[in-house]
Order: sequence, then C-alpha cells, then structure tokens
Amino acid sequence: MLRRVVLILVMIGLIAAGALWVLSAPRVPDSDTLARLDGEPERGRDVFLAAGCGSCHMAPGREADPLVMSGGREFVSDFGKFYAPNISPDPEHGIGDWTQDQFITAVMRGVSPGGQHYYPAFPYTAYIRAEPQDIADLHAYMMTLPRDETASRDHDIGFPFNIRRAVGLWKTLFLQEEWVLTDDLTEEEARGRYLVEALAHCAECHTPRNMLGALDSARWMEGAPNPSGRGRIPPIAGEGFTWTAFDISAYLETGFTPEFDVVGGTMAAVVANLQQLESAEREAIAAYLLRLRD
Amino acid sequence: MAVKRTLASVVLGAVLALPAFADEDPAIAARQGQFKLFAHNFGVVGGMAQGRMDYDAEMAQTAADNLFHLTRVDQGRLWPEGTDSASSEGTRANADIWDNLDDFVSKFVDLQNAVEDLQGVAGSGLDEVRASVMAVGGTCQACHEDYRDEES
Repeated sequence: MLRRVVLILVMIGLIAAGALWVLSAPRVPDSDTLARLDGEPERGRDVFLAAGCGSCHMAPGREADPLVMSGGREFVSDFGKFYAPNISPDPEHGIGDWTQDQFITAVMRGVSPGGQHYYPAFPYTAYIRAEPQDIADLHAYMMTLPRDETASRDHDIGFPFNIRRAVGLWKTLFLQEEWVLTDDLTEEEARGRYLVEALAHCAECHTPRNMLGALDSARWMEGAPNPSGRGRIPPIAGEGFTWTAFDISAYLETGFTPEFDVVGGTMAAVVANLQQLESAEREAIAAYLLRLRD
Repeated sequence: MAVKRTLASVVLGAVLALPAFADEDPAIAARQGQFKLFAHNFGVVGGMAQGRMDYDAEMAQTAADNLFHLTRVDQGRLWPEGTDSASSEGTRANADIWDNLDDFVSKFVDLQNAVEDLQGVAGSGLDEVRASVMAVGGTCQACHEDYRDEES
C-alpha cells in the first residue's frame, strides 16, 4: 500500500517536473522567417533611439561616446544587481557574430543564441510587441556602431533567482504579446501605443511591479518606486498626471516640464533620444498617454 | 481640569514635534528658492522657445538679465555638509555632490556661461533664443542627471 502511494507521488512529481521543464523551455519565433527580413540601417537608427538601447548599454557616465555599446552600467533590483552587457558589434565581447534571427529572438523573446533565458531586466517583455521588421532594421543599424572590447560582467544575483531556467516559468506567467490598452485607437494613438508599450518600454519604470517583479497592468503607468535609488518615478497616467498633450510632447523635445524644471535622472537619456525623432512621434506618445486618462 | 490637561498635552505634543522641522538647515529652503527663481525666469525664454508664448525681445532680455544675476549669487552658504538627501529631509540633493564638489562646481560654471550667452542673444530673435535656451537647459540637465534624486 505504502509502496503504491510513494509510486503515485513519484509519478505526480515526475509529471509536474516534466510540465515545469516544458513550460520553462525557451519559445522562439520561426527563425527562417526572421532570417529573411531585410534590415535597413537608416531606419534602424530611429528604432535604436525610440527603444532607448543606448540609455542602458552605453558605458556608465556621459563622457563616453553614446554610440559605444560597451555595457557595464549597474542596475540594482530586489533580486540582485544586473550589469548591462556589451552589445557592440565586437564579435568576441559583443554581439557581432549573431545572425539577424538570433538578434531578433534575443530582443523579442529574451532568449540568447545559446538558448538561455535572459532576465527581464532586459525589456523583451515590451519588445515582444515590436514589429520584427523594426528589430531587423535595428540589428542592421547596430552592426554599424563602433566595436568595443569590454568584457560583459556577470550579474550578481542570489539563489533562487540565479537559476536561469526559472525565468522560463516567469515568462509563462508574465510575458504577454497583447497590448495593455486594447481600446479602439486612432492611427496616431496606435502609433503612440507602439512607441510607449513596445519600443520605448516606458512601463518598465513608470508602472509598479508585483512581488515577482512583473508589471502590474491594473496600475499601468501610475508611477512606481524608483528601482535603483531614492524617490519615486512619477505617474504618466491616472489622477496624478495632469499634463496636456502639448506639455508631454514639448517635454520630450526640450526636457522642460510645464513649470520649467529641467529633466534629470534616468529620464534625461530618454529625452535625449526621443528629441532626435520626428515631432509626430512625440505627439503620438502624448496622444496615447492622454487615452490612458479616459 | 481635564480640558487644561488635554490642552497642555496638545501644546507639548506640538512643541515636541517642532524640532524635526527646526533642525532642517535653512540653506535647503534657500537654495530651493533660488532654483524656483531660475525656473520662473527660465520659463519666459523657455516658453518662447517651446512656442507656448510669442517671442518678445524685451521680455526675453529681462528674463535673461535676471538669470544672469541669479546664477551669480555666491553659492558658498547654500550647500553645507549634511544637507544631502541621505542626511536631511526635504531635499533631493544627492550626497554625490559633496563627493564630487569639483565636478558640481564646474557644472554650475557651465550654467553661468550658458546663461551669459543667452543674455547676449536674448533680444536678437527667436531662433537665437531657442538655440541658447536649449544650451542652458542642457547645463541644468547635466547636473540634474548626476546629482538630483527622483521626487519622493
């Protein structure tokens, strides 16, 4: 009798383990389709700016050339310290030897060319909503940037978060391709949604997280504790946010708030990127954010 | 009697609560007032640059003149040790300022120089003002980026 109970428990355990193993496996888009996209570096520069790649991956400090993607910047979190890796085109220390489909899979699914999960400090949780063509363009552009030989630093993450396979389960629970704002949108608002929810990944700082570090879409963009430092990241939706469309687009272009305070902190790099885009892009972001208020 | 006692405890409570505010260095409020005056004047030329208001040479020149003088107020007593955000309430001034005073000062000098340029072009037309305003904003940003905490 006891033997049978044990046997059943072991079987349940095995099935559960098997299910976990399957659930935690990296899921990737069809690589043939991705490999066939024609990446256009000129267009990729706009994607690079909108997606803010350099804000995290440039060397710490502004003195360095903002196009050298050497990595090294530290990101403190509840789970440990993450270090932005080298994503310059250096084939040894960067990503120069990645194929286009490997790059798109990394950016849009958080899976490395070696089949490992990336931690969601890398916002593939937003990039999953991007157009693969845009990410192909981004890849083409990034291959034109300077090479850098700085070695990527290992993340400093404690147990159990250092088990990369567990990220697969996290993805099963929290990685979602659907838009957060699902209302009927005008063309401009839809463009804004694409920029805010996919490329610019604004929610990563402006939306609070649950205990497992996933974004709380019920409090979408309503402000959150600063993940790495003092104070709070301000709301850009909900009752606490009263800017007009002009206030928003003017801020993203000049860095000046309606009270003529000047942007600082991590947002400074965001403004530095977005001010280089067409004004229609900043206006689209404003149109989307105002829709969140309805 | 009971009323008296209640009153006494309220007064005592208020007095005990006071030191928390009284301890705050007045330099914090003073420098925040200074930055409000910066913003109040920067808002004139900034508003013109952003297209919030029409360009007016005289208004622009007055604001730029004010900024010139405001940014030349001696900062010596505005930044005492111990008035950083880790040691004091009500400030966003990061302790890194005091660890990198040379850099902090040089960023303030950048602001002074950019404002001097603005003063020189404020009356000469919107395009000149716009470029100069962005340069001034850049010097504000450089310091805010490194030395100012997020709002709490």
